[in-house]
This record gives sequence, structure tokens and C-alpha cells, in this order.
Amino acid sequence: MSLQIIKAGLLDTIQDEGRKGYSHLGINPGGAMDIFSYRLANALLGKKLSGPVIELHFPAAQILFTQPTIICITGANFLPSINNISVPINHPVVIGANCILRFDGIKQGARAYLAVKNEWLIDGWLNSFSTNKVAGAGGWQGRPLQKNDCIEFGNAVGGNGMVGNNQFKVLPWSTLEKVDNRNEIEFIIGSEWHYLKAESQADFQNNWFQITQDADRMGYRLSGGKLCLQQTTEMLSTAVGFGTVQLLPNGQLIILMADHQTTGGYPRIAHIISAHLPLLAQKNVNDVLKFVQTNLETAEEKIMKQEKYLQQLQVACKFRMEEWLNGH
Amino acid sequence: MNGTASYNIFPLGDSALLIDYGNEMNVGINKKILLQFRVLQAARLPFITDIVPAYSSLAVHYNVALLHDKKQGDRTVFETAMALISPYLSSDDVEEENNRLIKLPVCYQPPFCLDMATIASAKNFDAEGIIRLHTAQSYRVYMLGFLPGFAYMGKVDDQIVIPRRQQPRANVPAGSVGIAGNQTGIYPFASPGGWQIIGRTPVPLFNKHLSNPTLLQPGDTVQFFSITANEFADYQSRPA
Repeated sequence: MSLQIIKAGLLDTIQDEGRKGYSHLGINPGGAMDIFSYRLANALLGKKLSGPVIELHFPAAQILFTQPTIICITGANFLPSINNISVPINHPVVIGANCILRFDGIKQGARAYLAVKNEWLIDGWLNSFSTNKVAGAGGWQGRPLQKNDCIEFGNAVGGNGMVGNNQFKVLPWSTLEKVDNRNEIEFIIGSEWHYLKAESQADFQNNWFQITQDADRMGYRLSGGKLCLQQTTEMLSTAVGFGTVQLLPNGQLIILMADHQTTGGYPRIAHIISAHLPLLAQKNVNDVLKFVQTNLETAEEKIMKQEKYLQQLQVACKFRMEEWLNGH
Repeated sequence: MNGTASYNIFPLGDSALLIDYGNEMNVGINKKILLQFRVLQAARLPFITDIVPAYSSLAVHYNVALLHDKKQGDRTVFETAMALISPYLSSDDVEEENNRLIKLPVCYQPPFCLDMATIASAKNFDAEGIIRLHTAQSYRVYMLGFLPGFAYMGKVDDQIVIPRRQQPRANVPAGSVGIAGNQTGIYPFASPGGWQIIGRTPVPLFNKHLSNPTLLQPGDTVQFFSITANEFADYQSRPA
């Protein structure tokens, strides 16, 4: 009674909101790259927002469900289909036993999230289900999902009357959020912003920067006009975070992403605001970005707006889910 | 002991603050930071999600949504966090610096001492001289970072201070002991890296099955001692 990987994807890992409280040991938080879509998937199922999901990159895994359940896919639109019939993202979908979920292409975005109504029988590590590939711990045996991996479900949801074998049903509720794929990403200045020459400060905000091939869950290296410091400085290692923009010695930028190192020694030019990290997480190689300065108050209010939206949605969906399950 | 060191607090993005003592490798400052780290950790403030001590800074990551309700007037969440955290930074607690001394065997012989020849020629020493200087003193673990369990230690003897490699290695083997500037460190995992490698320890630095999975902790003292290649093999064949 489980979901089973019948064909491995490029990089599919179990993630949650991240492993908090161990950075002082060099153990990074990890967690979903697009925290908003990750939480949205749980919200639409009426689940606790912080439960584990599978983060999928394209080409994504093919997954066999051996037991009826309810799933929800959010984030990137990889054209999901069940038994070769396309299904929408951002909707809960009741799925019968023996159904196969596939992803047929990239319509938009870079990372999709698959949440499942059931609890999973997997071991956490240091209070999180996120996969830490370096330590080989957390998630599914500390590694990306491979063919024949089987995630067992801990509880049944609803009865077999929900939907027949090999059948599925799209539930009617969704999110009103429109896909936001704008290229203007807001930042607040970093501790070493003032180390930049004035013209480089202007270039940072006026020029476009392109995401290079060297972009993954650890960070995105960008290419663009070279930025210069007023003088070269030798910095001791100090804290960095998800969204910290560092200036490398060659004058190019790197944005640290979910699997970033806990500390770094390059100047921290800027920090992407938390509310825009989901936008960034859905960018692909060769996409271009422009950095727009904002202030702390605005950044904090944008976090709160997303937080309130997700919490309210979760409550509403929990109610609708219980109502629907009681009727079946 | 530099008990009067002053700090600045500024935002590290919109969900963390940085208590910054400048850019200095100083035992007194680092002790102060680790004391603040322990006091804050023990306080278990629910809005704090992570506390990261470094050489001369302490980062406190916080949950904006949990703090937002505590906001007063025009204060930002950052200012609210700062106000709630500040009382813990001036703690007069008696300092309980841990006194752990960890002795680590290192084989400084080929094939483990990848950059020994480079350092020897740059510093006009033979390998024996470098080994003698590296093992002659103990080192403070100032902080962990970069990789799970990677300890930044210092300061190495001025005579063997050497910058990172111009061209970082794509794959430094696990257990490698290196020098970068006046720091010394050990790679707990195979990883890309630029430190100048002088040897390797057979002792595992990370065990995911332990509740405290890293062998070294901030504030520890480490003393290296030299072992032969045969002794290295003996260590490795011992059961964990």
C-alpha cells in the first residue's frame, strides 16, 4: 500500500520546510526550493503545511499508486497525466489503485511538488524529512528517489468507494493565485553592499543577469556585467542564508539557494526577499533576472501576506476535504 | 579575553539578523560569541529557527510569522526580534567554555599529503618541518560550516600560512586535512575544495546515527599527531 517509483526522474527528493537548528554544525537546512508551492500542495489537501512532499525536477519520475489516495501537484507545470489523461495542477485529485502518474513536458517552471493525503512511513533525521545528499541522511535513505523505491502509507484516507481502480477524479477546489513568472526579483541590501563601487551598485539594479548552467539546489551562478568592489577584501567565513547574493572574486554573482552552505566568505551584496524566493526557484537555466531594491518592511509584509493566504486556504480546504470524504 | 568587544546588529535578509563583531579571528571575541550562542540556545525562544556562530559573528534566523504578532507600533519584525534577543546578549553568566581536547591522528605521508610539496617549496621547508609545526600546537575550533561537521580551526604557525589553491580541486577526499591562510580544517566528506592538503585522518568526523552527529563542536580544542601509512590502515580496519 504505497506509491512506487517505476521510472526514476532527474532529481526527485523528499523535502519539507527544512532542517532547522543544526546550522551551527555545518548541517544546512535544505528543504523545498519553492516553499510557497510546497506549502500550497499541503494546504490544498487540507494537510498540515509542514508535511513532507516530493520535489520533482524535469524529467520527473513515473509513479504507480497501489492504493487509492488523494494527491495534489503544485509549482512547475510539467504537464502531469494519470493513465495518459492530463490532469490539472493546483487541484486535489482522487486517484484509484493501479493508477500511474507521469509528467509529459515543461509548460512552465522548474520544480513541481507532489503532496499525498496519507502520512508516509519514512524516518525523519534531526527533526526533518528533507533530503541531505551530502550527509546521506533524511528523506528517502538520504538520496534522490530511484526506480522501485516504495513509500509506504501509514493510514488509509476514505474508503475504496472514493474512486474505482484505474480511475481518478479531479476535485473542484483550487487556488486563485495566478502563475507569477515575472523576472523582477526584489532584494534588500546585504552587509557588504557598500563595498561595491557606486557604478556597480547601479549596474546591479539596472542590468539583466542570466542564470548559467551552473544552477542547482545549492545556488545559481549568474552571468552579467562584471561588478567591482572598491577594494579587495579578505573576509572570514560568516553566516549566509537562502537568497543571499554573493559577489565572487571574478566579479560575477551567485545566489544561494535551499541547499546552500551554512557559512561563506564572499561579500554579501544583497538578499533576495523571502517572498520572491519561490519565483526564483521556478527559474530555469538561461532565464534572465533583474534585481529591484525594496526595504525590510515591505519584505516582511510580503511574507505575512503569503503566510495568511496559505493558512486561510489550508483551513478552508481542510473543511472541504472532510466534507467530500464524508460524502464518499 | 576581550570582554568588552562591541557589536553591530543588522539584517541578514528579511528572516535573520547578524550580530557582528567585525572581521577578526580572535579567541576572546569567539568565546563571547559561543557564550551568546549557548545562552540563546538554552533560552529556546520559539521564534528562533537557527543560530549560527562564526569566527566573529552570530546569525540568528527567525520565523517572521511568529514574530509579527509581537510587533509594536511601527517596529519592523527585525527590530522586534532584536529587542527580544538583546537581553540574552549581555548575559553575565559564568563562562562555561567546554574544555574538550580531541586528539586526532593524521597521516602526513603520500598519497594523502596532496599539497605538501607545494607548501614545502613555497615556504622553504621540508615535509618534516611542516609536520612538526602543524602538530606542535593545539587548535581552537572557532566554528563549523561549509560541510556538515567541517571545523574551522586556527591559528596555524605563521611559518606555514599559505593561501588556498589557485585552482580548487573538484574532489578532495574525505578526511583530508588542509591549510587555508592561517586556518586549518578537515573535510568530513569528499567535496570540491581549495584548501592546501597536507594529510588525512582515518577518524570519521560525522556519524548520522548519533543525535550529535559531528565529532567536533565549536569551542573544542584539537591536537593533531602524526601516524604512519601502516597505522592509518590499522585505524581504518578497526570496527567503528
